[in-house]
Amino acid sequence: MISVQDVAKRFVLHNQGSTVIPVMQGASLDVAPGECVALVGASGAGKSTLMRMIYGNYTVASGSIRVGEVDVATAPPRDILALRRHTLGYVSQFLRVVPRVPTLDVVAEPLLSVGATGQDARARARDLLAQLNIPERLWSLSPTTFSGGEQQRVNIARGFAHAYPAMLLDEPTASLDATNRAVVLGLIQDAKARGAAIIGIFHDAEARAAVCDREVDVSTFTPRAAA
Amino acid sequence: MSADHALLQVTGLTKSYGQRMGCADVSFDLYPGEVMGIVGESGSGKSTLLNCLAGHLPPDTGSVGFHMRDGTVRDTVRMSEPERRMLGRTDWAFVHQHAVDGLRMNVSAGGNVGERLMAVGARHYGDIRSAAVDWLGRVEIAEDRIDDRPRQFSGGMQQRLQIARNLVTGPRLVFMDEPTGGLDVSVQARLLDLLRGLVREMGLSAIIVTHDLAVVRLLADRLMVMKDGHVVETGLTDQVLDDPQHAYTQLLVSSVLQV
Repeated sequence: MISVQDVAKRFVLHNQGSTVIPVMQGASLDVAPGECVALVGASGAGKSTLMRMIYGNYTVASGSIRVGEVDVATAPPRDILALRRHTLGYVSQFLRVVPRVPTLDVVAEPLLSVGATGQDARARARDLLAQLNIPERLWSLSPTTFSGGEQQRVNIARGFAHAYPAMLLDEPTASLDATNRAVVLGLIQDAKARGAAIIGIFHDAEARAAVCDREVDVSTFTPRAAA
Repeated sequence: MSADHALLQVTGLTKSYGQRMGCADVSFDLYPGEVMGIVGESGSGKSTLLNCLAGHLPPDTGSVGFHMRDGTVRDTVRMSEPERRMLGRTDWAFVHQHAVDGLRMNVSAGGNVGERLMAVGARHYGDIRSAAVDWLGRVEIAEDRIDDRPRQFSGGMQQRLQIARNLVTGPRLVFMDEPTGGLDVSVQARLLDLLRGLVREMGLSAIIVTHDLAVVRLLADRLMVMKDGHVVETGLTDQVLDDPQHAYTQLLVSSVLQV
C-alpha cells in the first residue's frame, strides 16, 4: 500500500550562505495493508522528515513514494489533495484548526469532505470523542482552548474519523494517560484489522510493541557526514 | 463536484505598465473546489494578476479559459464586455480589499445584498429580504442594521457586508484581494470557517491574494508565490510553507513573527 523506494532529501538554506544539508538517502520501505511499521532512530535521524515526505508535506529530491496508485514524489498538488482526502490520513503531533470551530465539527470535517452526510459524520465524531474520554460538555467548544492532552485526543479522533486505507501516526500516544493510551492502541488495532497500512513513530516502547509488526531504523538512511 | 475539468485555465498571462512589469507569463489551472492563495510582498504583481484574471484589467498577452455552466470553455480575455459583466454578476464574485470599491455606499445593507440577487432574476421581496438577513447573520451583522447604509458601518463591518453581497448568489469562482485585511481576528476566524464550509458544500473555487501566511495555511489548498511580477514557486500550501524551495519563499516564511 505504501512503498518508499530509494528516497533522498536535502535542505538548501538560500538565505544562510546556501548551506546544503543532506538529511536522507537511499530510504526504502514497504508497508502492506493491515501492517503497522514503526520508524525508529535517534532524535534528528529523520523519522518525521520521512513521514512528512510520504504525506507530501516535504518535497523529495529523488526516488519514489507510492501510496496506492499515486507517486507522492512527482504527483501534482491536485492528486495529493485527493489522496489526502480519501486515502492517506495523518495524525500530527499538533492540532491546527480554524479558531472558534466547535470540536465536534473539527472531528467530523474529514468525513464531510469525503461526502458523508452531516448526520453520519457527527454521529461518528460523537462516538470517537466519547471513546477518547473527551467530556461531552466540551464538544460544542473550540479545541484551541483545551489542554495539551485533550487537543491531542481531538486530533486523534479527527485522524481516525474516516477509514483511510493508509495512515501516518506521529507520536499518537505521547502524553496520554494509561486509559487513553489503551483506547488509541485499540483504534490502531481496529484500523489494522480493516486493512489499513500504517506507519508510526512511537517513543513509547510498550505502545510500539503492542501494535507494530516490525521496525525500520531510519538512521540507516542518514547520509554519512557530508564533507 | 469532482468533475475532471479545470474551472480556470490560465496561459501565459502578462501585463506590464510601460517599463514596469505587472505580472509576467503566469500559467496555472484551477479545479472546482480548489482554493489557491497568491502571496508576495507589495508590488510583486499579485493584485495585477488578480485583476487580469477577473477581467478588471486587460492583459497584454495570454488567455484565461473559464469553464462555463453549459460545458464550453471561453476565453474571458477575448469575450465581449457585456458577457464578461454577466459573468461578474453570476458565476464570479470579487471581494475587494477596500469595501467601498465593492459596495454601494448609498444603498442599505440589505439592499446591497439583495441587489446581487435581483441582478440574477430574484423578484420576490420577502425572499430577497430573508436571504439578506440570513447572509448578514452569517457574517455577524445584526439584523437590526439591515436598513442602515454601509457608510454608517465600521470598516470591518463594511468588509463583512461585501463578502455577504458577493456570496449570496452562489458564485462558482470567488476572487479575493486581501479579504481579511480590515477584519478583527475574531471575525476573520469565523469567515475562514464560513469560506471553508462553502468551498466544501458548493464546490466553490477561490483565488485569494493576501500577505497573511496564516490565512492561506488555513484556507488555501495550493499556493503561488510571486516576486517582481514572476511566479517563483507553486505547490501545496503546507509544502510551500514548511519546505520552501526558492530563496524568496524561504525569506518570506522565516520572516513571520511567531505568536
